[in-house]
Amino acid sequence: MTEEKHVLTMLVDNKPGVLSRVVGLFSGRGFNIESLCVAETIDPLISRITVVTRATESGIEQIEKQLNKLINVIKLRKVSGPKSVQREMALIYVMAKNGQRAEILRIVDIFRGKIIDVGTDHFVIEVTGDEEKMSAIINLLKPMGIKKISRTGTIALFR
Amino acid sequence: MENNEKRLLTGAQILMEILKSEGVDTIFGFPGGAVIDIYDELSKTDIRHILVRHEQGAVHAADGYARASGSTGVCLVTSGPGATNTVTGIASAYMDSIPVVILTGQVPTHLIGNDAFQEVDIVGITRSCTKHNYLVTNAEDLAGTLKEAFYLARSGRPGPVLVDIPKDIAKTVVQFTMPEESNLKSYRPTYNPNTKQLEKIITLIEESEKPVIFAGGGVILSKSSKELTEFARKAKIPVTASLMGLGAFPGSDPLWLGMIGMHGTFRANMSVGNCDLLIAIGVRFDDRVTGKTDSFAPNAKIVHIDIDPTSIRKNIPVSVPVVGDCRIALDQLNQMIGEANLGNIIKKRQRWFNRISRWKTTNPLSYKQKETIMPQYVIENLFKITKGKAIITTEVGQNQMWAAQYYHFDKPGHFITSGGLGCMGFGLPAAIGAQVARPGELVVDIAGDGSIQMNIQELATAVQYSLPVKVVILNNRYLGMVRQWQELFYDKRYSCTCMDHSPDFVKLAEAYGAVGLRATKPEEVIPVLRKGLNSDKTVIMDFQIEREENVYPMVPAGAPLTEMLLV
Repeated sequence: MTEEKHVLTMLVDNKPGVLSRVVGLFSGRGFNIESLCVAETIDPLISRITVVTRATESGIEQIEKQLNKLINVIKLRKVSGPKSVQREMALIYVMAKNGQRAEILRIVDIFRGKIIDVGTDHFVIEVTGDEEKMSAIINLLKPMGIKKISRTGTIALFR
Repeated sequence: MENNEKRLLTGAQILMEILKSEGVDTIFGFPGGAVIDIYDELSKTDIRHILVRHEQGAVHAADGYARASGSTGVCLVTSGPGATNTVTGIASAYMDSIPVVILTGQVPTHLIGNDAFQEVDIVGITRSCTKHNYLVTNAEDLAGTLKEAFYLARSGRPGPVLVDIPKDIAKTVVQFTMPEESNLKSYRPTYNPNTKQLEKIITLIEESEKPVIFAGGGVILSKSSKELTEFARKAKIPVTASLMGLGAFPGSDPLWLGMIGMHGTFRANMSVGNCDLLIAIGVRFDDRVTGKTDSFAPNAKIVHIDIDPTSIRKNIPVSVPVVGDCRIALDQLNQMIGEANLGNIIKKRQRWFNRISRWKTTNPLSYKQKETIMPQYVIENLFKITKGKAIITTEVGQNQMWAAQYYHFDKPGHFITSGGLGCMGFGLPAAIGAQVARPGELVVDIAGDGSIQMNIQELATAVQYSLPVKVVILNNRYLGMVRQWQELFYDKRYSCTCMDHSPDFVKLAEAYGAVGLRATKPEEVIPVLRKGLNSDKTVIMDFQIEREENVYPMVPAGAPLTEMLLV
């Protein structure tokens, strides 16, 4: 059976140790986490966790059931299809020598990114988008020399 | 009502109030610095405290108590080593879904995280082997947390729940009102099965010429043995059970096939391997049950009824999944089966029953009598002398498998064993717990010479509380099950499994204030059993058995269930 990428979003109790239960479940049962995002929701008692994982069809069924079994998981959904929106964000520290600065600015503009820091030989770029867009801009900037990069995991919502 | 009145109580007093409201009359524990305030308060109540000699014993005893009584077991231990010593017991209760509440002391809240004396993060340590666990950080939360812990332990698929109580919380005075029954929006076990799914089961039964029921620990936990028996008899379907399910269906019934699995009976494994419909109830398809999963019940449609959705389709693909309480499901199936059209199909099943009886006669459970004591002979006679009425606990290994094969259980709650974790040292403390729960009954721990030494210190507990537990040691001076694997699969290289240096168990029993008896020849077996079982004291019976006897049948690990090594 082939593994596919799945995005899971869940509402959990905003209490100490809850993230550890979720993450521990993945490691303890041999599932993997590709990315993970956690933050409080509008209700301070509840947090939202978004996990991207790779699993087979039966694997993802088991992951969903096991997560639902955790006492602190209030609601869980698998996010997919046109009814959902997914984004991630990256901060990219890219080398920007004289001949390349204009080209970088053009790329940033096309991807509707922002320059949030400028140095004599570098830019720090902020960009958001879906996973494909992120890969695309990273690939375009790679030849200029990406020195550092920090990416969030995917966050997702149903429309 | 006292319940609604607001009172000022310390955390320790609140704990006592909750224990009383949950009907707890016995707890198993071991005191220490972090729980000294709780122990002080405990001494002012009527709750009986059984002082174990090691905290692992406390959890196993609470586990045995829970299984023998059908209620929740409770244990109380101190922080640090007291807490870490409970981990094996908790893991065993977790694997077998036994309702146990573990109360651990913790260092005062201001010291948490400081590597204080006797501090461990027991909530972190036990996260993956408890159904849920809590660290109480506000005295105001204590009552609600404790109430929730008991609710979680016993509801849905039961399991151990740990509550870690810092020392200062036990001393803090707060206003106490009895909390309402817990109602968690994120925890709603499904009790009522989907009727449409049950109808599919009835249709499958109406069409099946070769059906088998496979019952597990869930039938015992949901107290549905009566319903299961009625169902099997009405639908005329033979029944096998996992180790955890022994006693769920009467071992004396003609429909009984014996245990399934690695050391299951030939007819049970062959029946499952050849059936066209397998109705699995309250099981989780452990690898010791299925053997090679690809060839498990290869020609069968599989129906799986369980309260835990994660058990369904975890290891085995299923045709009809049913999430729900076994008792409710069986009850409804019994009503539906009354209206089902079974006349013709039951006639057609005659060939199936004939095949099963041939399997029974060609390869029954058997052993060769020798000049030394055969372990099976000891269990057979234990069964005869006790008329099958004893509560049997076991250690783990060959002793456990011989007990499962040669002692036949007619009722639930009579076979108490560490099934999932396979935890040596379980039997003696579990027997203590069972004896506390059912004081008038005969409780026998079937042990090996290896595993009895893992919690032998609990003999002192049994003697202190005059608990007339009987221990039958099948002494082969080997770690027998591992030796059996080494004999069969490792060219008889008995690496580190020879236990020639055990204590004299008779003298050891006497040193603890118990009675010690020994049998070295077959003719001594019955007299020793009679004498030991008739005693009103704690007794150890040391049976020096044939050293290299193996447990058969045996399905080698990872082999199909129908490919058994036979005697």
